[in-house]
Amino acid sequence: MNILKFFTAGSVDDGKSTLIGRLLYDTGSILADQLEALQQSNRKNDDGTIDLAILTDGLRAEREQGITIDVAYKYFQTGKRKFIIADTPGHIQYTRNMVTGASTANLAIILVDARNGVVEQTIRHSYLVSLLGVSHVVICINKMDMEGYSEEVFNTITENYKKMAAKLNLQDITFIPVSALKGDNIVHTSEHMPWYQGTSLLDFLETVEVTVNQDLHYARMPVQWVIRPQTEALHDYRGYAGRILSGAFKVNDKVTVLPSGNSSVIDRIEIFEQTPQEATAGQSVTLHLKDNIDISRGDVLVNSSYLPQRSQLIEADLCWMDNKPMDDSITYFLQHNSKLTKCKIREILHKVNINTLEKEETHEFKLNDIGRVVIKTADELAFDLYTENKANGSAILIDGRTNLTVGALMFRAIVE
Amino acid sequence: MSKYNLDYLDELEAEAIHILREVAGQFEKPALLFSGGKDSITLVRLAEKAFRPGKFPFPLVHIDTGHNFQETIDYRDEMVARLGEKLIVGYVQESIDNGKVIEQKGKNASRNALQTVTLLDTIAQHGFDACIGGARRDEEKARAKERIFSVRDEFGQWDPKRQRPELWNIYNGRIHKGENVRVFPISNWTELDVWNYIRREKMSLPSIYFAHHRDCITRNGQLMAASPFLNMDDADIVTHRKVRFRTVGDMSCTAAVESEADQIDDIIDEISASKISERGARLDDKVSEAAMEDRKKGGYF
Repeated sequence: MNILKFFTAGSVDDGKSTLIGRLLYDTGSILADQLEALQQSNRKNDDGTIDLAILTDGLRAEREQGITIDVAYKYFQTGKRKFIIADTPGHIQYTRNMVTGASTANLAIILVDARNGVVEQTIRHSYLVSLLGVSHVVICINKMDMEGYSEEVFNTITENYKKMAAKLNLQDITFIPVSALKGDNIVHTSEHMPWYQGTSLLDFLETVEVTVNQDLHYARMPVQWVIRPQTEALHDYRGYAGRILSGAFKVNDKVTVLPSGNSSVIDRIEIFEQTPQEATAGQSVTLHLKDNIDISRGDVLVNSSYLPQRSQLIEADLCWMDNKPMDDSITYFLQHNSKLTKCKIREILHKVNINTLEKEETHEFKLNDIGRVVIKTADELAFDLYTENKANGSAILIDGRTNLTVGALMFRAIVE
Repeated sequence: MSKYNLDYLDELEAEAIHILREVAGQFEKPALLFSGGKDSITLVRLAEKAFRPGKFPFPLVHIDTGHNFQETIDYRDEMVARLGEKLIVGYVQESIDNGKVIEQKGKNASRNALQTVTLLDTIAQHGFDACIGGARRDEEKARAKERIFSVRDEFGQWDPKRQRPELWNIYNGRIHKGENVRVFPISNWTELDVWNYIRREKMSLPSIYFAHHRDCITRNGQLMAASPFLNMDDADIVTHRKVRFRTVGDMSCTAAVESEADQIDDIIDEISASKISERGARLDDKVSEAAMEDRKKGGYF
């Protein structure tokens, strides 16, 4: 059994929390004591039924305001798959939380209110999904019950969405007409929409393929920790511990250490007490090399026949996440996997108006702004482009004054 | 092209090991908070996988309320001896004796709330900058909101509105002096995942997790182990029951469930069929709708 990670996006009141609540409720994932707590709650739907949205609104302030402020993670399982849901807020001021949820997701569910169709928020969320390279998108056209379960409404919205999405780089788009409130096409196929021939949302989530599909050549492992017991019995033991970001490493593969550029050959792969011949993306391993070379945390081991880009000057998409605007006169920290280095924003190329998708010239970056910048790092980075290798093509910015994570970076090009 | 597809337990394990190694790499003085419960036992197993054959780059820290199940303490001491790792114990009794906290009175008295003070004192005394814990997001709705690296201020407080975004698998552990980070490597595990992992790894557990005969009383609709730590009176009727515990906490606030499950396969079957959540057996969560959120804001684990 494997895991599908997905997140939900949509405007406030499009019914994201209700949809998640419905998924949990109809799959029997809500237990008796939780259900009892729901029934005792004061928040009810107009017809007196339980408001499923309160299942995900975990903070007092969220329940008070009836909105989602921060990402909540929810878990459920069916006979076919395990699911991790990032329930992300739809408010424009919480774009950063949506980016947070999207950064680790295999799939995005974007809710569209059947009464309103494609709105600015839909464009914004679709842009973010495209920017972050989320592989699969499900457009749930919600509140179909309030539009008489009309096929025409569904078709119009679907066409409008496709027109808008042509401007974006979205890979796999699926449209499903639903009512999260009434439970149509969420877990059970709806009787109200016989014209819809597709699967329910849950069916789709259970069967969509989520295997990491990546070229073996991109073997990358940032070194997190050097295991060096220095006991008498293990005098010469020197293992490089890390999680393989992408690709695969095999015993006898030639590897290069960056930034030093030294090479060696893989002598042994350890996963605790096992010594497999091969290890692949996602696994946490310990690698042993044939030669004793200087390697420490922050270095990255890569396949010698397919080296990453190396540069101190990189063009990247930046999502600004802090209340304090970006300041190109100060030095930030950049964290790229286990590597921490100082950096500066050398140039702002443009900002994207994420409601119209137009590029705009700007001199400032404020909370939730997204655009393209050129960054200059103190140390050389060994990276891949985000489009080719998300895990080695992304980084965060940290403000050294507050230690807050202030930016998300996706590497787009080397600056010659 | 090649496709990789890790089984879910392998994926959760690899993620947790990655997080533990980030703690080792990013912090000066981390600690692993160990309660003797299944979640922290799982953390210890993951630490072995992350750092063996080397030593753990952190000690284990147990906050002992003095009201623990003896079986848990025995288990703890055997485990530490087997691992050859360092154990630091912070005693709530010492905090009481020093006058830093005052023992609660009344029928529902518990030392659960007092342990926050002992924990914060222990953190300060040893200068820990990161505390690894076994909390999971599926346990409770406020925990569902928490980051894997969760920054606490100098008072140990969690501020849900000031959390750092956590992107991709990159964890920002930079803090100011006096602050510390609570790190939750098994955030993405569910109760059942933990049990399946324990079964797969053939890990041993304190015996109270398995069905056994015990004197119990019923309080607030829950079965509690009869012990000198409960303020019992003539109204409490002691009955002999076959029970087990789903969580291991303080004897004064952890309820038992009636069960015949005396081995792990039976426990997994029982949990899979259960209609009550794990935290349904914790009286400390039932104080109010925001009980956990409020305790976490105050510095609770």
